[in-house]
Amino acid sequence: MPLVSVRDLKRHYDIRLTGGLFGRRAKLKAVDGVSFDLKMGETLGLVGESGCGKSTTAKLVLGLIPATSGTVSFDGSAVTAAHDAQWRHMRRRMQMIYQDPLGALDRRLPVSAQIGEPIAVHEPHVPADEREARVGEIMTSVGLRADQAASYPHELSGGQRQRVVIARALALQPDFIVCDEPVSALDVSIQAQVLNLLEDLKERNGFTSLFISHDLKVVRQMSDRVAVMYLGMIVEEGPPEDVFHAPMHPYTQALVSAIPTPSRRGKRERIVLEGDPPNPVNKPSGCPFHPRCPSAMSECREFQPMLASHGSRKVACHLRPAPSAGLIAAE
Amino acid sequence: MFAYILNRVARAVLTLIIIVSLAFVILRMSGDPAIMILGPEAPPQAVEAFRKAWGLDQPIWVQYAKYFGAVIQGDLGNSMRDGRAALEVVWERVPLTLAITVPALLLNILIGLPAGVLAALFRNTAYDRLIMMVSVIGFTVPSFVMGLTLSLLLAVWLRLLPSGGSGTVAHAVLPVVTMGIIGAAVIARFTRSAMLEVLGQPYIRTASAKGVPWSQVITRHALANAAIPTMTIIGFMVGSLVAGAVVVESVFSWPGVGRLLVTAVANRDLAVVQVILLLIGFTMVAANLAVDLLYGWVDPRMRTKTATAGA
Amino acid sequence: MSTETLPSEQADAGGSVFSSKNVLRVFFEKWPLAVLLALSWIALLVIIVAFAPFIAPYDYLAISLTDRLAPPLFLGGGWAHPLGTDELGRDVLSRLLMSVRISIVIAFLSTLIAATLGVSLGFIAAYFRGKVEQLVLMLIDAQAAMPFMIIALAVLAFFGNSLMLFTILMGFYGWERIARIARGLALSANEQGYATAVRDIGASPWRIYGRHILPNIASTLIVSMTLNFPEVILLESGLSFLGLGVQPPLSSLGNMVGYGRDYIQSAPWIMLAPSVVIVLTTLAISIVGDWLRDLFDPTLS
Ligand SMILES: Nc1ncnc2c1ncn2[C@@H]1O[C@H](COP(=O)(O)OP(=O)(O)OP(=O)(O)O)[C@@H](O)[C@H]1O
Ligand code: SF4
Ligand SMILES: [Mg+2]
Repeated sequence: MPLVSVRDLKRHYDIRLTGGLFGRRAKLKAVDGVSFDLKMGETLGLVGESGCGKSTTAKLVLGLIPATSGTVSFDGSAVTAAHDAQWRHMRRRMQMIYQDPLGALDRRLPVSAQIGEPIAVHEPHVPADEREARVGEIMTSVGLRADQAASYPHELSGGQRQRVVIARALALQPDFIVCDEPVSALDVSIQAQVLNLLEDLKERNGFTSLFISHDLKVVRQMSDRVAVMYLGMIVEEGPPEDVFHAPMHPYTQALVSAIPTPSRRGKRERIVLEGDPPNPVNKPSGCPFHPRCPSAMSECREFQPMLASHGSRKVACHLRPAPSAGLIAAE
Repeated sequence: MFAYILNRVARAVLTLIIIVSLAFVILRMSGDPAIMILGPEAPPQAVEAFRKAWGLDQPIWVQYAKYFGAVIQGDLGNSMRDGRAALEVVWERVPLTLAITVPALLLNILIGLPAGVLAALFRNTAYDRLIMMVSVIGFTVPSFVMGLTLSLLLAVWLRLLPSGGSGTVAHAVLPVVTMGIIGAAVIARFTRSAMLEVLGQPYIRTASAKGVPWSQVITRHALANAAIPTMTIIGFMVGSLVAGAVVVESVFSWPGVGRLLVTAVANRDLAVVQVILLLIGFTMVAANLAVDLLYGWVDPRMRTKTATAGA
Repeated sequence: MSTETLPSEQADAGGSVFSSKNVLRVFFEKWPLAVLLALSWIALLVIIVAFAPFIAPYDYLAISLTDRLAPPLFLGGGWAHPLGTDELGRDVLSRLLMSVRISIVIAFLSTLIAATLGVSLGFIAAYFRGKVEQLVLMLIDAQAAMPFMIIALAVLAFFGNSLMLFTILMGFYGWERIARIARGLALSANEQGYATAVRDIGASPWRIYGRHILPNIASTLIVSMTLNFPEVILLESGLSFLGLGVQPPLSSLGNMVGYGRDYIQSAPWIMLAPSVVIVLTTLAISIVGDWLRDLFDPTLS
């Protein structure tokens, strides 16, 4: 049984477009039918360009915001977004690491108090000195010095702050961690350190994780499986080696071709996407990628391709019909 | 425009209903009126008779309905001091209070508005600083201190004016001046900041850049736009004038509603206090309604916005 | 200009940057003279509040009919009663010290009550949103629509007067402004990462609001409390002046002015001394409040 199971998750926002007398009402489909499973101990990487709905997916999976439709289950029980006692209790087993470490920390509390906060919240019976001792251990394990315990967030460097956020997320050794672009706010040199730290910690603690990034290389390093998102949907999913070496979906092909390879052997032509950048407000009919797809066919405009299995992976594209079924009309 | 007026009037009526209901609740919460008026040692038969006479033996919602009906008919009980109808007792004092508050409000506006506008136009000059320094009075000198100081100077030492009482115009001068100065200081401060805000707006700079003479920029654009926030403060001034009248009338022994309220509170003449409370409530609602309607008239943007938001 | 002086200017000044004149200028730019004076006055008040009975030369209730209506020093009186005596021969200075104590303590407690009430309601509105928030906003509007002095008079008429009731009543002054500010600040804090992050850890609302949001917005709240304080003093002294506030034998600054009014012809000093103290106190606290506001939070209007 998978630890986390996500089925047809959707999140739509009602928005008002500016202009006009009252502002036209519109629907923004931030996440529009996402399904995946996460086995115990597995890391799923989620890639896609800015605005495709990665962070929204992360918040939905953890039940931080309510879904428009669809379900998330964690270890057999449903994850809801009602912020009640049961929801709070569930936080003990699922945590998030944020993109912006400075914003995620309270400027007015020393970092040790913030790292110890999950313990204080979920294990209030633990005496203060024992909690401090545990905080000390956690700090060492994420590479923070003991004398930094009393520092305030602004007194630390960006990398150190992200270590604090990681330490706080790991304080109770949760089973499931969502990392939403954990290194994209950091300098490149520090990115590698923090990624290595996450890998080490995962080896030691063995948590399951959803790892989000727009950087294919980072996802490749961190994940057992990757899913590529476009306009709120997963268009391709599979083992990183397969997906990045032999991408099947035209969008993935374009993404992979854009990676600057150090050894320019001229093997790959860079595919430059044409057309407007994707807009989740006016989602195209049929295949959402068709206005920019170099291989678009007439049926792509009308029918939405479903995610179909091809051996170890899944693809949603009319060029790759499901081995048995052929064309599947989407509603 | 019609929808806007309707919306505002409906809100005013709703506020009035809330005020009347609150008055009822407070009246009932403050203890058993029979005991309070007859005293704790009153014989039970007397208490019983009193309850019957005032309808206090009926269920609370019947009392509430009756109370509401009585308020609408203007039947608000009798003063416990002289037994006359409370409304009548209060009503005969109203002209005296108006006689000092209306001139005071005019004085507020006549001094405060120009002072504030000029301070804004001559921002950071000695003139601006002088006005702002003087206007601190409005926030730090209580009206009774101001009144007594004026009285000490002009009545006691210089013997120019009477220090208290009523009857002649001379008697009204000190109360009016006291309330006038304090209110003018508040309005001056507010007008200055409203004006400064408007002067910083892009359209003012555009107008003057287009070559519109500065005097015209001020009169056509700046003043018109600063008038809108300033109007709200004048609505608010009505409230502080009412509160100020309570104190100032006492300082100068001016026999208006304010002084009546103070004696009624001291004697716990609840019927009279209640009438005054309702009267002030109605005044406040009317003032706010007037400001709202003026607002809609001066600023058409406001009108459509609220009307559509309300719809 | 204040701390970094250009080399050319240094040369012009013909000496060190740390010449005494320069140091003084830097000092006064940071601590304007008015603020310094205001702070000294407040310090004096604090000492009076703490030690009034020890400083006062006489018992504030002691009647001495032989010393009736003695003029103060500046009107040719003697050192025995520097601020003169009243109709009953009570020492004005001693009464003034005790009145300052009562007025300040009432204003302080009331402001604390208003802050507690305002912050709680503001947080409740920000946490629950929806209908609860609408209700709180309606209460705020209702309170703001009616002059507080009138509400206070009505409550005193209906419920009678005692020192405790009076202090609590004064505590309802200004809560609506603090509630409005607290709600706004809490709403924007909720949008910020730190509050969301703590919520995502599984912390209770008590913890989020009490341990995280409150300390983060405290400076702005303290400023608005400081600005509320002088207004409470004005209100309290106004009611006491009318004889409807603090009741004898206790005395507040307003009581003293009210009592002195009857002797404005024969003994104006009785009302002048407390009047001056009221004005100086409200002025001093307002100056410090404005200064703190500019220091902490230039956006608070
Ligand atoms: N609260 C909201 N209200 C309206 N629209 C929203 C809201 N939150 C997100 N969106 C929209 O949903 C879409 C997806 O946002 P999301 O934050 O999930 O993107 P993302 O993939 O994480 O992008 P990035 O890589 O830039 O972080 C965006 O178009 C965004 O504007
Ligand atoms: S379905 Fe059509 S448009 Fe969509 S990716 Fe495949 S080929 Fe391109
Ligand atoms: Mg994101």
